[in-house]
Parts: sequence; C-alpha cells; structure tokens
Amino acid sequence: MLEPLVARSLTGFIRLLTGSRVLWREKLVPGRRVYYGNHSSHGDFVLIWSALPPALRAQARPVAAAEYWRRGTLRRYLIQRVFKGVLVERDVAQRTEDPIATMAAAIEAGNALILFPEGTRNPGEGVLPFKSGLYHLAARCAGLELVPVWLENLNRVMPKGRLIPLPLLCTARFGAPLGLEEGEGKQQFLERARGALLALAPEGA
Amino acid sequence: MSHMSSHAQAVLLFLGIGAVLLVATVVGRVLAYRAPPGKRATIDNLNARINAWWGMAALVGVAFVFGKPGVPVLFFLVSLLALREFITLLPTRGGDYWALVAAFYLVLPIQYVLVGIAWYGMFAIFIPVYAFLLLPVLAASGGDTTGFLERAAKVQWGLMISVFCISHVPALLTLDIPGYEHRQLLLIAFLVIVVQSSDVLQYVWGKLCGRRLIAPVLSPSKTWEGFVGGVASASLLGGLLWWITPFSFFGALGMALVINLMGFLGGLVMSAIKRDRGIKDWGHMIEGHGGVLDRLDSVCFAAPVFFHLTRYFWA
Repeated sequence: MLEPLVARSLTGFIRLLTGSRVLWREKLVPGRRVYYGNHSSHGDFVLIWSALPPALRAQARPVAAAEYWRRGTLRRYLIQRVFKGVLVERDVAQRTEDPIATMAAAIEAGNALILFPEGTRNPGEGVLPFKSGLYHLAARCAGLELVPVWLENLNRVMPKGRLIPLPLLCTARFGAPLGLEEGEGKQQFLERARGALLALAPEGA
Repeated sequence: MSHMSSHAQAVLLFLGIGAVLLVATVVGRVLAYRAPPGKRATIDNLNARINAWWGMAALVGVAFVFGKPGVPVLFFLVSLLALREFITLLPTRGGDYWALVAAFYLVLPIQYVLVGIAWYGMFAIFIPVYAFLLLPVLAASGGDTTGFLERAAKVQWGLMISVFCISHVPALLTLDIPGYEHRQLLLIAFLVIVVQSSDVLQYVWGKLCGRRLIAPVLSPSKTWEGFVGGVASASLLGGLLWWITPFSFFGALGMALVINLMGFLGGLVMSAIKRDRGIKDWGHMIEGHGGVLDRLDSVCFAAPVFFHLTRYFWA
C-alpha cells in the first residue's frame, strides 16, 4: 500500500535532482521488451523506470544483483516491494538458479525488463564489454525487443561508493528497438547491441 | 509619479509589463498567422519566448508579493538551477566530489543566508575568499592531479557566476538608501526590467536591421545594429523608469547604460564558454530561451556592478 508512494517519492526526487530529460527515437507501446543501458550508478534503473510513460512503466521491472540487494532490510524492501525487481545471482559458483531462466520467466509473465549488460557499475567512461546474458535471453524469448537507453551524466550524480547525490542534469536517450537476427552469433549480436547503445552517446563520451 | 507609494508603483510597473507582454503576444500570434510556411521557425521561437516571458514575469510577481523573504528564496533557487547547468556542462572528475558537495550544499545556501541577514562584510567576500581557498583544498584531498587547476577554476567560476553574481540581485534589498526606505524591491525591478528589455531590444533591433556581426567568433547573432539600438533604447527605458529608483532621470539613464553594457559583455563571455564546449544553450528548462543561464547571463555580469555603484553613490 505504501510502496507506490515510496516509488513515486524516489522517482520524483531523482527527477527533481537531475531535471531528467528524456529523448525518444520512436514511440513505444507495451510489449515483450528489455531496456538495456550503460551502468554507472544505483540511480540508473530508477532513472530509466521514471523516464518511462505510465503504460510502459507499469510492466517494467529492473534486473538486479541478488547478492547486493538481498543484503539489508532497506535494500530488500526497495528492490522487492517498491520496484518489484527481478533478482538474479551473478556468482556462477554459488548460484542455485539460472539467471536466464529467471529473466525469461519474468518476460513470459508479461513484464519488460531493465537490464545493465555490462554486469557491474562502470566507474570510467564509455561502455564495458557486454556479458552474454542479453544474447541468451534474446535467443530464449522469440521476438524479444531490445531497446538501448543511454544515460548521460548519472555517474557524476551518484558516483560509485558515495552517499550524497549531486544535483546535475541528466539525460536518458531511448534508441530504436533491435532484435536477435536469424543465424546471428553470440559475439556478433553482443557487439551490435553494444554499438547501438554507444551510438546514442553524444560525441566525446 | 515618484510621490506614489512603493506599493502603487509596483502595481503600476507590473501592469505595464503585462501590457507590453499582451502587445507582444498579439503581435506574435498575428505574425504566426501570416507567416509563410518556410519562415515559421523564427516566429515559433519568438512565440515560445513570449510565452516563457509570461511565466517568468508571473514568478517574479509572486516573489514580490512575498516581499523580503520571497525574493531571496526565488534567487536561491535560480542560483541552484544555474549552478547545476554550469557544472553539468563543464565536466569535473571523481576527485572533485567533495568540492562539489560543498559548493552545492554549503557555499550556495550560506551565501543566501548571509544575503538574507544583510551581512554585507561577509557576503561580499565569502565566495571570492573563503570558498576560493576551501574548495581547491577539498579537490586536492581527492588525490587526482589531472587537470587540477582547470577543474578548481571551473568550480570557482561556476560559484562566482551562478551564486555570487546572481545573489547580488536580492542583495539590493539590504541597501539603506536615505529617502528610499522599504522600496528596495523596486530597485530589483529596475535592474531586471532594464537587463531583460536590453536583451529583448537587442534581439528585435538585430532581427529588424542587423547587418554587421559584432563578434563573429563568439556569437553568430549579435550585430552592431542590434547592440547600438538595443542598448540605446533599453537605457532610455531605464531613464524613463527613474521614478521607481532613488536616481534622477540622468542618474537612471547612466545606471541603465552601465547595466546594459555589462549585460552585453556578460553575454559575450558566456557564449565564449558555450562555444568552447561546442553547445548552443546551457540547458533546456525554459522553452524558446534554453537554460536558466541563457536567460540570466547578462544579469550575472550586471548585478554586482549595479549593486556596488548604487551602494557607493547612493547608500
């Protein structure tokens, strides 16, 4: 009951702080989809989530690292109750369930996912190589749409390991959806998806 | 008119602004109606600007209704938005984190508290002295020496322009001018009207008869014709507003001239920074105008000079 209010306050706060500007390449309707973005801060998924129009936001769920977000009551509350995150275990040696299966199940249940295929927050510039999860997910869910989202400046708002966010302007650029093509290999596909994301970055980033 | 109460003068002033905006709105709509399809972009931008002017005039009006607490609060928020635009467009590094935290969460509010309690001796030096010395220390503690001087200069410049300079607008409320008690709000109105009408008149003169570029490297739109026509007519307007100021007609004319020249030069400096960064506008907050800093670049340069001249010669 309280959760929508908490979600609203958090998104309202981040939008006020960052004056978040949202730029769309094309208009999207709800569907089987993954929004994937560059990852530099914990505010990333909140910014993408709050940038979505209500109809798209209602079905969007962030994919988050279980070992990080299950630690601590507040984190658990936020990710499970407020943002209805899909928790996946990153550590191959210790995990009990297959992350691809978990994400695919969420998509089959009618959700859209927010995913950061770099796998970890990138403290530097540019985009790290993608983990293969995006490919396996696309291969498993036929007709899955992948929408690149470039987040600009959020790494300066909430740098890794810092507590106080800085008020700086941020922009979320949504690109055109792409999908896994017939006979496309894993490396080829991941490079293409990463290229589509980088193409949204303004020059010099 | 100078014998009217300050309240009546303020009401008259806002009615005047409303009338000017009303005329501008009607002219803008007629132009849009008659414009050939290929020429729409300029007219649409003009109408977007006029619409934003209504909003900005209303905002200043509301602040004036709240009087002494309202105006500093309004300009505190303006400074916050301006500093946000400035720092966003001038990239800093991870090592600047604590300097930026201090700039946004300490220096900015403290400057406005100092202005609010009218502590002239402190608000006039707080940023040029104390922030100037403290922030590079915080930046150095970040342990990153890459481009250090440039980064420290960016943060200091951002504070000087967006906080120090802009805070001199509400600081006008702190001036004790003999025979002008409780009317300092009108001094703010004078400054804002003169600066903004100068911007508008330079734009209008430039569009009507602008030929020769005054600073082609810095600005593709500023012309000699716009500069001379705009500054002259806005200064005359300032002179004609002498009845809301403590100045005589010629005093007000001279003050308006100084304000307009400083504003014009400020616009050039700020556009040099924008050119260097390869951008056209500081932000996107005000439809048709760009960012807060695009609208206030001339106020930034005019306000401190206007404040000190008034203080030296009249207070």
